[in-house]
Amino acid sequence: MGLLSKRDAALLTDPLADNNPITIQVLGICSALAITAELKASIVMAVSVLFVLGLGNVVISLMRNIIPSKIRIIVQLIVVATLVIIVDLVLKAFAYELSKTLSVFVGLIITNCIIMGRFEAFALGNGPWRAFLDGIGNAVGYGVILIAVGFFRELLGSGTLLGFKVLGDPIEKTGLYAIGYENNGFMLLSPMALIVVGILIWIQRSRNTSLIEEN
Amino acid sequence: MSLKQNLHNLKEKYKGTKMAPAFNAIHTFLYLPNEVTHAGGTHIKAADDLKRTMNIVIMALIPCLLFGMFNAGYQHYAAIDNSLRADVLANFFTFDNLWIGIVKVLPLVIVSYGVGLLVEFIFAVIKGHEVEEGYLVTGMLVPLIVPVDTPLWMLSVAVVFGVVIGKEVFGGTGMNILNPALTIRAFLFFAYPTWMSGDKVWVYDAVNMNEADAISGETMLGYYAKSGQELTVKGANGAADIVTTYGDRANELYSTFDKFMGFIPGSVGETSTFLILIGAAILIFTKIGSWRIILSAFVGAAVMGLIFNQVVAADIITESSKFYGLMNTVWWEHLTIGGLAFGAVFMATDPVTGSQTNKGKWIYGFLIGFISIMIRVFNPAYPEGVFLAILLMNVFAPTIDHYVVQGNVKKRLNRTKVKTA
Repeated sequence: MGLLSKRDAALLTDPLADNNPITIQVLGICSALAITAELKASIVMAVSVLFVLGLGNVVISLMRNIIPSKIRIIVQLIVVATLVIIVDLVLKAFAYELSKTLSVFVGLIITNCIIMGRFEAFALGNGPWRAFLDGIGNAVGYGVILIAVGFFRELLGSGTLLGFKVLGDPIEKTGLYAIGYENNGFMLLSPMALIVVGILIWIQRSRNTSLIEEN
Repeated sequence: MSLKQNLHNLKEKYKGTKMAPAFNAIHTFLYLPNEVTHAGGTHIKAADDLKRTMNIVIMALIPCLLFGMFNAGYQHYAAIDNSLRADVLANFFTFDNLWIGIVKVLPLVIVSYGVGLLVEFIFAVIKGHEVEEGYLVTGMLVPLIVPVDTPLWMLSVAVVFGVVIGKEVFGGTGMNILNPALTIRAFLFFAYPTWMSGDKVWVYDAVNMNEADAISGETMLGYYAKSGQELTVKGANGAADIVTTYGDRANELYSTFDKFMGFIPGSVGETSTFLILIGAAILIFTKIGSWRIILSAFVGAAVMGLIFNQVVAADIITESSKFYGLMNTVWWEHLTIGGLAFGAVFMATDPVTGSQTNKGKWIYGFLIGFISIMIRVFNPAYPEGVFLAILLMNVFAPTIDHYVVQGNVKKRLNRTKVKTA
């Protein structure tokens, strides 16, 4: 037996693929569309959500027996808001430019459906260790999609990755641009993020047909 | 052995294999299938299957394509030597013009069909169904609605996107929500705006001409949008520069006859309102295109144009406004310039994405025309809105139909109630 039991390991791995919060549960789409034009922003967003969801799940799980069920949503909001403010302040202190790019979407982590969903569906009914694993699993599942979308949007939309000009310089016409290649401006617009997410869902479902719902 | 027999044998040989749909498609595209229904029972036979329908639309488009090929050359040479415009008819149907058309326009057609049909064949083989005919018309429409200088690789990317995202993900021909040709156009517009707008893309090689020449590469809508602005035209052969406005320059270069016949810069096949109307006549006569949609689209555009004219007449919008130029354009001129006529006749009438009910068709067409002119006027940076208006109404078409049908149901229910009461 390794570090984790089979059941615990499933908490980590399930959300990565067959129960992915974005491609299967279709939660947290708003931020996936809004901030994925740059890979860097996607990574920061993924890490932020990892922090908030991992820690938040533990906190809620520890408090699960003392939260009156009538006001549990408010308690959950307070917990997630506290964590989000920490993330927000850290970003403003150490990565001001980036925090401007992410703008309101850091604050909107509070309303990210994935977080409230995991609090409600998992942390309120499970111990802190399992809640932690579940939080990490879901946040990574979310992050993987975010980073994949961010990768394609930045590469095809701006010709860069993390700000490095991997395809050459569009103004001086080096690399790919020398033979007439041009950046795809559509990739920088939000509708294209939706289409990229859609294509990821398509690929996933054609690889695993059991995911396709019956009408 | 005849070609038909060869194709039939080929088809039989690959029957049951993965590649079968590809060979079936080639065979039935050219000939009637060899299989006939067995004796006994009554069979209804009609010639108007989907392939024939598509072919008629293509035939209606051929005049526009040929005209577009000549026009590509004519606009190129006229931009270099303005005196050609003095006698359009003599200088239009020349071999030099056609040659530019062959060099510049034919590759667009070939790439459009090649890439599009390749995607269709791949999907047919993967999904194991027959190759669908849907791309036949799309493939002809696409080269007609892009600027002549569009790079071929861009067109290929857009075609792949349009066919896969615009059609195949929804289930293929007949299931698509959006018109695939317009999806391709919209993709190009949003992805590569510098190649789809401005005053350098509409005339072949305008980028390399000097400024005075290249200014003739502006579309009519571009001229009118900037009609009040000052424009300096460099004098030919050392003559003094002429200072004029965009509006005056447009009227000096192009007569109403030019605009109606299509001797103006624009996307490859959409300039000639006259030939588009001939195409419309073919579509209406064969009952492939809905005259309700075509007519109501023109009416909608005229109404919106009239409203804007009145707004200007009432001095609500004055010359200082950036919307003034196109608002002040006489309403019937809106019908002859830009892509409105082409969109209304060949795009809006797509039976898959348009409204199905008769009353719905009136509403659908009217709103297309109405919104087209609205977008045109309020977006002077890119004064063309037909493709956006049609895509928008494509999305609304099922809703329109729903309410028309519900309205009808309600009316008939009321009638029965009266009887029983």
